[in-house]
Amino acid sequence: MLDPLALAVALPLLGALLVTMLPGWSRTLGMLTALATTGVALWLTVTVWSGEGLRSDLGGWGVPLGIGLRADGLAAALVAMANLVALAISINATGYFGAAESSRKFWPLWLLLWTALNGLFLAADLFNLYVMLELLGLSAAALGALTGTREAAEANLRYLLVGLLGSMTYLLGVALLYTAYGVLDLELVAEALTPGPVAWSALALMIGGLLLKSALFPLHFWLPPAHANAPAPVSAALSALVVKAAVYLVLRLWLDLFDGIATLPAAMLLGLLGAGAVLWGSWRALRAERLKLLAAYSTVAQIGYLFLFLPLLTAAPDGDTRERLLTALVLLALTHGFAKAGFFLAAGLVQKSTGHDRIRELGGAAQSLPAATFTIGLAGVALIGLPPSGTFFAKWVLVGQAIALGQWWWALVAMAGTLLAAAYVFRVLARAFNREPTPKCFLTDPRTEIPALLLAALSALAVGLAAQPIAVLLGAGV
Amino acid sequence: MSHEILLTQLLYGGAGILFFLLGVWSFISHEPLWRKLIALNIMGAGVFHVLVAVAYRGLDAPPDPVPHALVLTGIVVAVSATALALAFGRRLDREAPEHTSDAHGGVDDREDGTHA
Repeated sequence: MLDPLALAVALPLLGALLVTMLPGWSRTLGMLTALATTGVALWLTVTVWSGEGLRSDLGGWGVPLGIGLRADGLAAALVAMANLVALAISINATGYFGAAESSRKFWPLWLLLWTALNGLFLAADLFNLYVMLELLGLSAAALGALTGTREAAEANLRYLLVGLLGSMTYLLGVALLYTAYGVLDLELVAEALTPGPVAWSALALMIGGLLLKSALFPLHFWLPPAHANAPAPVSAALSALVVKAAVYLVLRLWLDLFDGIATLPAAMLLGLLGAGAVLWGSWRALRAERLKLLAAYSTVAQIGYLFLFLPLLTAAPDGDTRERLLTALVLLALTHGFAKAGFFLAAGLVQKSTGHDRIRELGGAAQSLPAATFTIGLAGVALIGLPPSGTFFAKWVLVGQAIALGQWWWALVAMAGTLLAAAYVFRVLARAFNREPTPKCFLTDPRTEIPALLLAALSALAVGLAAQPIAVLLGAGV
Repeated sequence: MSHEILLTQLLYGGAGILFFLLGVWSFISHEPLWRKLIALNIMGAGVFHVLVAVAYRGLDAPPDPVPHALVLTGIVVAVSATALALAFGRRLDREAPEHTSDAHGGVDDREDGTHA
């Protein structure tokens, strides 16, 4: 029988091998793989949504030696988002790179990155999570340097080294857990784990390593140069998906593995760093001179919001409150994934057609590139958190629960961040609309604009209105 | 007997953690790329040391195969990561001005001489 779990990882891997062997066909083969993988990912999500959690042991090898894959609601929600965004990025890349030499270099690495993403969301044990994390880091650093400029190489070398430091630290945590409990499977470790020095050290090592990878303030220093110097489709993937994968892992460990081990003060510390990220990231986005740098700093801020939820989740009693908070957190992550990918793709088009992405000199961009500007506006709606975007609902829950749980200070941070976000989005839009006359056609370059536009529309309109089905999905398959 | 196993595990495992810490210190305190890479590999060796020590179950019993499998996979990953970082280093080095000390952590001049 066909297994969507195995296919979601195997298809992009197979595609990566094929485009490496047949570089002349890379665009066709790459697009076919992208379509097939997205289809499988949606199939997987629908299966989980209809109520059954998925689990499979590859090749019939069970724990401890086999490689297990599993999908619950949280994993399925992120897989669906990641694969839709990845499909849009793939379509955009066929136009962005054209048939040039860089297209041949893009596809193998991109499909490898896709493999690692799906593998990471679906892996069932701590060690395979490590392997996928490394695969993700290596392919992301190589992709980010595709432009071949010195700045890109420097930024991505730093990203690679920081990522390696993070994953080595994570691996030591895994080794500690194996020493103490002799199991690696997530569920088995969670059952065996008892509070004590070993569990706390492992928690500190694993989460600490992942914080480096998820660029939580003040460990975000590597992100803006790496994301701002990559080719646009790659920036979109890095900001929307790769960072999100590390955050997903933090969440997975925090909620499933270290539930009961992680204390409220530890969660408060992460919340505090998240607050720092929201304020600092938004401020730097407001001061950024280039469009892509603005988007990269905005990612730092949006990652911060996700960490604001941790102290609330830890303080909330089991049951409704907790589920609502988790839904809001996932809603925020999904919305940001769509919005930031759309934003970067549109920024890429602006950069390509005007030859630069300096915000100060954007004058008239709205007139010459209406679809791209509209995309930035729609993505801006989601980044600020205006209704009916998913961010609006997420922030609503965040502020409400922060006050209900007596941690009102997070509400202040969320509001300040929202104001700053409004300021940096409107700063771009204000620059883009200042020249006559109005243009004649809406789309300039359909193949790069339509995917970006769809992503931004999804983020601003669809995800928020789909809050109920997403809540059902998260409740499924646990 | 089990006492001897524990002592052995503790000795090797402890050495592994010491390696790891040395690696972290060296990674943070040294600027040149090749020193950072060696530091990362020493960190890796430290973690692998811990895992191999865990696998030990006495001279008479076969070792636990799971940590061995992990170490083998880990070594492959570490080799690939080192190779990619070195490729980045060479790329930066090709453009670096000849006589300035490279503040960005590129491979230093002596290293370059051996490649060229």
